[in-house]
Amino acid sequence: MASVGECPAPVPVKDKKLLEVKLGELPSWILMRDFSPSGIFGAFQRGYYRYYNKYINVKKGSISGITMVLACYVLFSYSFSYKHLNTYHLAFLTSEHERLRKYH
Amino acid sequence: MNENLFAPFIAPTILGLPAAVLIILSPPLLIPTSKYLINNRLITTQQWLIKLTSKQMMTMHNTKGRTWSLMLVSLIIFIATTNLLGLLPHSFTPTTQLSMNLAMAIPLWAGAVIMGFRSKIKNALAHFLPQGTPTPLIPMLVIIETISLLIQPMALAVRLTANITAGHLLMHLIGSATLAMSTINLPSTLIIFTILILLTILEIAVALIQAYVFTLLVSLYLHDNT
Repeated sequence: MASVGECPAPVPVKDKKLLEVKLGELPSWILMRDFSPSGIFGAFQRGYYRYYNKYINVKKGSISGITMVLACYVLFSYSFSYKHLNTYHLAFLTSEHERLRKYH
Repeated sequence: MNENLFAPFIAPTILGLPAAVLIILSPPLLIPTSKYLINNRLITTQQWLIKLTSKQMMTMHNTKGRTWSLMLVSLIIFIATTNLLGLLPHSFTPTTQLSMNLAMAIPLWAGAVIMGFRSKIKNALAHFLPQGTPTPLIPMLVIIETISLLIQPMALAVRLTANITAGHLLMHLIGSATLAMSTINLPSTLIIFTILILLTILEIAVALIQAYVFTLLVSLYLHDNT
């Protein structure tokens, strides 16, 4: 007879959340995720609603709900233009950010 | 330095694919919709702003012109959010690309004009000749009016592109001038920094105004033709 705190049947790996997956099971967990287009779209939708319901859809939402999104957008755009900020067409290039270097 | 000036205006690509599409699709994420009457603060502010602008814009049209209200309101929201997002550092502004502005201006203008020509031909043709012109001037004036009509979509697109591009370029230049002067001469750095702050305020205003002007002109063309 099972006591109160025991789980009657083991949960399959596929349905566990990421933080409950043990480290050894991680590759199989990744392989079992749904990578079809509708699966990826569902993942984006879940992520969007998770952020939205936590920070924006509350009774007294503050401006930080949006500024976090904008900060992420800035970092994302920076990572896009990182490569271009670092190229400099002369032969000597010692450090990054050609415009911020002191001696040209 | 000269070739780096126009670098922010190159359309971004991921492995050769245009990422500009993703960037153009990103402003709607900041404007949620809701099915409730009373919403969170973000949606309430946005709905209030939208109501304000749509009332202001659509009062001068008749019933037929008001069928365009969804198009015009979404146009002004799109241009305003895209321009404002472009003021953030390192971001890409799609409205700096002439191709996109032409794609917005030409169909809207053409739709208004063709609608005018189909429904009320006499009124539409009457635009080509202002009232009370002396008779010898008529042929030349018709030519001039035709040219001014045909140049409207070009003017719409180029106006938006040029304003936003020029503003971004100025901010780049003055920003790098501030950085360069900071090691040489401190008081002039403060002066240039003040100029930069004023310019940023101007840019915010320009972002909003350009959206407004674009939409207003389209609605004007619509009013002429309904």
